Amino acid sequence: MQLAPARLRRSLRHPWTLGVLGVAVVVLLWFLISNSGVVDKLFLPSPQAVWAAGHNQWSSGLLLKDAIASIQRVFIGFAMSAGLALPIGIVMGTNVIICRLLEPLMALIRYMPAPAFIPLLIIYFGLEELPKVLLIFIGTFFFNTLMIMDAVKFVPHELVETARTLGGRGLPILARVVAPYIAPQVLDTYRINMASAWNLVIVAELVAASEGLGKRISLAQRFLRTDEIFVGLIVIGLIGLAIDLGFRFLMRRSCAWAN
Amino acid sequence: MHLQVDNVSKRFGSGSASKLVLENISFDLHAGEFLALVGSSGSGKSTVMRLIAGLDRPSAGVISIDGVPVRGPGSDRGMVFQKYSLYPWLTAAQNVAFGMELQGRTRQEIRERTSYFLEVVGLADAARRLPRELSGGMQQRVAIARALAAEPKVLLLDEPFGALDIQIRESMQEFLHQLWRQTGLTALLITHDLEEALLLANRVHILAPSPGRIVRTVAVDLDRSSMAHLRVSPNFLALREELAQCLRGLEPALLR
Repeated sequence: MQLAPARLRRSLRHPWTLGVLGVAVVVLLWFLISNSGVVDKLFLPSPQAVWAAGHNQWSSGLLLKDAIASIQRVFIGFAMSAGLALPIGIVMGTNVIICRLLEPLMALIRYMPAPAFIPLLIIYFGLEELPKVLLIFIGTFFFNTLMIMDAVKFVPHELVETARTLGGRGLPILARVVAPYIAPQVLDTYRINMASAWNLVIVAELVAASEGLGKRISLAQRFLRTDEIFVGLIVIGLIGLAIDLGFRFLMRRSCAWAN
Repeated sequence: MHLQVDNVSKRFGSGSASKLVLENISFDLHAGEFLALVGSSGSGKSTVMRLIAGLDRPSAGVISIDGVPVRGPGSDRGMVFQKYSLYPWLTAAQNVAFGMELQGRTRQEIRERTSYFLEVVGLADAARRLPRELSGGMQQRVAIARALAAEPKVLLLDEPFGALDIQIRESMQEFLHQLWRQTGLTALLITHDLEEALLLANRVHILAPSPGRIVRTVAVDLDRSSMAHLRVSPNFLALREELAQCLRGLEPALLR
């Protein structure tokens, strides 16, 4: 009798316990409400129905194909954005002239909603992969760049000056002081903006695509298949969560000093 | 080694908004000497240090080392900042090795000198620890080891113990004195702590504030065989009191 409460308290203290509990409560409510018959099945499919729909899509290979299509777009678009934002953000953070030249422009474009570019992108590039990838690029590049620029600006002067008094110059200081110092913030920037990339890929696919998780959702809407919409939403959420956790894991492993 | 500061002035800003921070500062520092600059805040003492380190340029006058004017930072002048400037992602040993790696020394030499200088500052056991795992005093000792390992001609210490507790500061002063005796380094110490300056330096320059200028120079010739003893010896206390009076006299009337 003494042991059980102690163990319960210990497991309650685990950081994930309450989070899992929160999810479980929502699923349980969903289960109870949808099975009570209060709400029309068309509006709120039961968890069992969603599971069945998901299983169906999985065994037909559709789910995997859609997921791969969406993930591919996100990764290509985001890789371009992240890869270009890193050098440009660093240059803007270290060079006042380039910063003054580019910052107002980027701050302006940043506030233009990326989905508003879709019509233009379709006119320019048609309905293939390129406009979708570019949408993700446009929607994340300016945020990535400006956040990396800020990280560079906040590198403590002492760290740079120490390197200079030890005989360090431009490029070695960049590589050996600035880069390691901003690494955790850069990873965090990527983690945060990755969420926008996921939003945008779904938006792009809702508008025009032949496959992808967003495309599946818009098709499901046409046939009033709310269970399939739920499958799409849940899968998108889970993939996003997995990417987020992946970034956190990477950060813990590579930047242990910053924790 | 001969560090020469010749008629150096420094003005920040320009036009009517400019402020003269240093006015006609001149002094010399020879190999093996320990020199201290003492002044209150606003005396521009950290600015002197930055000028010598080459991090800022004087508005007038010349700073030279062995006759060569200082044009920028270089590893012939090692600097220890007040705030801990260790690289938080590097271990103590990697921090000590940092400057030598920038200098492009061989790996073998870096390894040997790193362990030697960690030994010198008494931190051989802490080699693999990260800065955040070290106390403030230990961090400053690593910073000193890192500066020394790059083989500077002169060690510039900018309020190196200013952020430490009083007990730790006293033991660090003892440590720095021993280090100076052991290694024969040449050092320039900036501090607002008169006692610290008198304990460590052969010569002390007193700086007056706004604009910073040297108003008094004292040669300190005291028996340093026991620092604890020195702190309470009558000669030391008399000299400290005399100079403290002088420093107090320099403050604006409101603060007196």
